[in-house]
Amino acid sequence: MTSNSNLSSMRRTVEQLRLEASVERVKVSQAAADLQQYCLQNASKDALLVGLPAGSNPFREPRSCAVL
Amino acid sequence: MGEVEKMKKEAEGLKTQIEAARKAVHDTDMAAAAAGLASAPRVQLKTRRTLKGHLAKIYAMHWSTDNRLMVSASQDGKLIIWDSHSGNKINAVPLKSSWVMTCAYAPSGNLVASGGLDNMCTVYNLKTPVVKIVKELDAHTGYLSCARFLSYAEILTASGDTTCALWDIETGKQKTVFLNHIGDCMCLALSSDMNTFVSGACDSLAKLWDVRDGQCKQIFQGHTSDINAISVTSQNTSDSCSTEKRQKRASHAVSSFKSASSLMLIFTNITIMANINFFPIGNAFITGSDDCTCKMYDIRSDQEVIGYQDAQLNSGVTSLALSMSGRLIFAGYDDFNCNIWDSLKGEKIGVLSGHDNRVSCTGVPADGMCVCTGSWDSFLKIWN
Repeated sequence: MTSNSNLSSMRRTVEQLRLEASVERVKVSQAAADLQQYCLQNASKDALLVGLPAGSNPFREPRSCAVL
Repeated sequence: MGEVEKMKKEAEGLKTQIEAARKAVHDTDMAAAAAGLASAPRVQLKTRRTLKGHLAKIYAMHWSTDNRLMVSASQDGKLIIWDSHSGNKINAVPLKSSWVMTCAYAPSGNLVASGGLDNMCTVYNLKTPVVKIVKELDAHTGYLSCARFLSYAEILTASGDTTCALWDIETGKQKTVFLNHIGDCMCLALSSDMNTFVSGACDSLAKLWDVRDGQCKQIFQGHTSDINAISVTSQNTSDSCSTEKRQKRASHAVSSFKSASSLMLIFTNITIMANINFFPIGNAFITGSDDCTCKMYDIRSDQEVIGYQDAQLNSGVTSLALSMSGRLIFAGYDDFNCNIWDSLKGEKIGVLSGHDNRVSCTGVPADGMCVCTGSWDSFLKIWN
């Protein structure tokens, strides 16, 4: 009985490894370039990176507010 | 018997093949590829809100998709829904079990979920006159370390029983169980298209899964200790949830403890961590670990592409969040700080100091307007 469960768990392991081995891998230089491109394209919209003018910061009280 | 031997040989051969294939595409690493990039500016963020209300350690927080409300979970046995703009509490949901380790906000904003040492994921409706329990999802045989809604109808959970599961909330049943980890699952992160998720576990591996067919597609190694945090910079939210890291012994011991005070002892001695987040375009994810480092793995290259470490940092990473462009990583550590890393260059470019105890959770809302840190000091802080 143990040899049966050994066999089926080995089979699962081999099947899993076959699946992983069949993955097509992209060169790290290409992957890095794509990630960089995304970061740079979105940098100007990233409030934590470039900062926010006080007026448009929902977490900051406006200094003066004149309502006429 | 001969059959098992043959399979062992094939397994070894496949492992060698996989390693060779990874090496073959490793023509550079992220830091080298980013050498020509201007450094990110030194980031100095101010505390804009300190949210006071919990009476004990905060273990988890999660932003709503409206970028304004958020849910936090504390050992005081409550979930609190906060309006981050005003700082007001919208709801306080009493939990049946105060040993909470995770909380989540549904994309629609109508539901929240929590779970922990009770091994269950409880889903609550926030829109009924009094907050009501919609369902108790009860099938895991170990603690619930992380939960994330796919929609109002489905939720993903990660558990100390080493499995992750996809549930149908209405029926309360598991639709798919993800079996492959050999250590407690500590964290999970959903890709923005919700077709895949990554999980991190105490076996120090990160795994990529297909949500629908339950298949483990890729396995990532590199950490030398438990992965506590995993972050996929999703296009919508990057967040971190905290969970208790357990030694195997402790996790078995807790289930046999009867008295609440003994449970409390175990609970407070366990370090919380669980972070894994996707990068915004879903090609990569970040992990944080007990080994005091964070790493970025690229899914298409099937390997680690950069590490975030500092010789002077020798406390474990508890939580991670990414800014909306993916350039900044906010990593919470055991040493009460949240360090800010340049994700492309691997340089530390800022610190968020202000908590009086371990930072247990961090989260950036979908619009990227701020970062929230939650701590064992019972406070949440909003920074930008």
